[in-house]
Amino acid sequence: MELTGAQILMTILKEEGVDTIFGFPGGAVIDLYDELIRSDLRHILVRHEQGAVHAADGYARASGKVGVCLVTSGPGATNTVTGIATAYMDSIPLVIITGQVPTQLIGNDAFQEVDIVGITRPCTKHNYLVNHVEDLPKILKEAFHIARSGRPGPVLVDIPKNIGVAKTDYQPITEVKIKSYNPTYLPNTKQLKKALNLLKAAQRPLIFSGGGVILSKASDELADLAHRLQIPVTSSLMGLGAFPGSDPLWLGMLGMHGTYRANMAVSQCDLMIAVGVRFDDRVTGKTDCFASGARIIHIDIDPTSIRKNIPVTVPVVGDCRNSLTELNRMIVEEGIQPDETTRREWLDQIVFWRDEHKLAYEQKETIKPQFVIEKLYELTRGEAIVTTEVGQNQMWAAQFYHFDRPQRFITSGGLGTMGFGLPAAIGAQVAFPEKTVVDIAGDGSIQMNIQEMATAVQYHLPVKVVILNNRCLGMVRQWQELFYDKRYAHTILEHAPDFVKLAEAFGARGLRASRPEEVEATLAEGLETKGPVIMEFVVASEECVYPMVPAGKAITDMLLV
Amino acid sequence: MNSNKHTLTMLVDNEPGVLSRVVGLFSGRGFNIDSLCVAETLDPKVSRVTIVTQANKPLLEQIEKQLRKLINVVKLRDMSDDRAVRREMALICVHARPENRDEILRLVNLFRAKVIDVASNYYTIEASGDADKMTALIGLLKPMGIKKIARTGTVALYREPKRGI
Repeated sequence: MELTGAQILMTILKEEGVDTIFGFPGGAVIDLYDELIRSDLRHILVRHEQGAVHAADGYARASGKVGVCLVTSGPGATNTVTGIATAYMDSIPLVIITGQVPTQLIGNDAFQEVDIVGITRPCTKHNYLVNHVEDLPKILKEAFHIARSGRPGPVLVDIPKNIGVAKTDYQPITEVKIKSYNPTYLPNTKQLKKALNLLKAAQRPLIFSGGGVILSKASDELADLAHRLQIPVTSSLMGLGAFPGSDPLWLGMLGMHGTYRANMAVSQCDLMIAVGVRFDDRVTGKTDCFASGARIIHIDIDPTSIRKNIPVTVPVVGDCRNSLTELNRMIVEEGIQPDETTRREWLDQIVFWRDEHKLAYEQKETIKPQFVIEKLYELTRGEAIVTTEVGQNQMWAAQFYHFDRPQRFITSGGLGTMGFGLPAAIGAQVAFPEKTVVDIAGDGSIQMNIQEMATAVQYHLPVKVVILNNRCLGMVRQWQELFYDKRYAHTILEHAPDFVKLAEAFGARGLRASRPEEVEATLAEGLETKGPVIMEFVVASEECVYPMVPAGKAITDMLLV
Repeated sequence: MNSNKHTLTMLVDNEPGVLSRVVGLFSGRGFNIDSLCVAETLDPKVSRVTIVTQANKPLLEQIEKQLRKLINVVKLRDMSDDRAVRREMALICVHARPENRDEILRLVNLFRAKVIDVASNYYTIEASGDADKMTALIGLLKPMGIKKIARTGTVALYREPKRGI
């Protein structure tokens, strides 16, 4: 069957199960758009290409599917870079289609030409420039295969303008095989046996779970392991929701803004079972002091994650779900039970730590941001999909909104991208039109991609934006207060838009609460509103996120309130 | 060979941009490249890349894993030990004063090198061997006045032919 490049693109998107793409047209992709409008694919027109990638990212995180974007060459392509790097750091499967100038003009500094394949090489899992239309089917199939398999990640395909209109004979490709790319899904049994022996001997075991558990859909298997052997669970920011936040074995997040009990448990455990994590510096603090008394079992599908930052006793390369399933099976088969006395002592110790320092704040005459999030949690019964921006808003969301299920907390963990939350919320809302989707934002970061309110309004996506307005760039201000002698270098936002009017200007609803007693009613009203809403909460500007481990310190060196 | 030096050989897809992926990985992650050699293999779709890097054991493990993670890297082997042979080549243009000519020719013979160009006052020598031999030859020629020098990086092969790489 003879098809144009553009027709092949639409055909393969459908073959890959894509029903929605996020994008922004331009000269180099006009032929692709001309074909798109004739297909039954849904296209969400964003207001900035960065928004397209974050929206596709939010869509992918909420649904577990591959997110797809389509943008033009040059500035369209460069605007995607932050979004791509965000997805890369958090291992989110995306396929980004960029337009390129015609092949004969490449290298000529043509209008809107940029070497996007060169630019995104270090922040994509893989990328392609399509030189011949005959290569397009194979490249697109490989792109989807690479994006979603193994440790997922973003894959970029750069399509020159002439490739879109060039014709070739199209034969569907049913199987993708790349000889040099074979992720290890099944764990090595010998390694698992070693892990099992450590589990048998452990007196103070601790599970540290991460984003890999969510990506491999291993929540049930994780809970099974924890419950069977009565092992307490902590998680990275990316892993929140993989283990129920309401479970008695749950310790809260660990690391720089982790709970006191989680960080103490890390320092005192004698065995750490790390699943789908990469030991980021925000988790470990000073690596020499991290779980220094523990042997470590590290399960991850990406061998480069293992022994990159932390030496481990038993590495297990494999898919988290497969590995945990197999480990659980071996535990049942051997009838392994925790020793009741030692386990009781360990769990009692954790309860002691819990009571010693709980996450706390004092609600006085000004609204405390934590209070807003607690109320939001109550009103949504913990059922909302929550996205965040980056900084204090993100940490308070992680601390005070408790997630019982995976794929509910959508946040830029690795890259820490301000401006992520609103477009990501749009993407999550596209994936789940009926669910409540809330972006927990700060007044600083919301302004980085505020233009996407227009997208939300245009497509009737009822995202709820909760702005914790502290009139400053709170997290950096907090560092300046604590470590820079209160020299607030350019972190005070002396002018801000009127967010209520701004919401209205976009055609959304705007609400504001300035006093604690207004918080609940404002949230309730906002959440009940049918369309998109911005809810602004004028909060205490000096509030800091605690506990806090100063950068480079051991995670037991916590500044507590 | 210095225990910190490692010769890594890989077979990669012979496509535009692949070398940039390999080299970009080294620069982006702060790994070091002492030398680099690339050329097509018998199969025109495959190139052989040989990199000499300095790393301790955990770092070397990380470098190897990161390289294997690149989609275009088909195979990778550490060719640092005695199971592999390693060679490099140099073209050395040395000042050939009448009183030094015999000594230069003697060194060329001893090192099994060749004089490939003779000018009125200069000889150009082609030499190949392992890194130590090259360093030794260059050291001996230096007092006579090396005008310029071009050295390749290391190439390496496993001795037993059965292994794929």
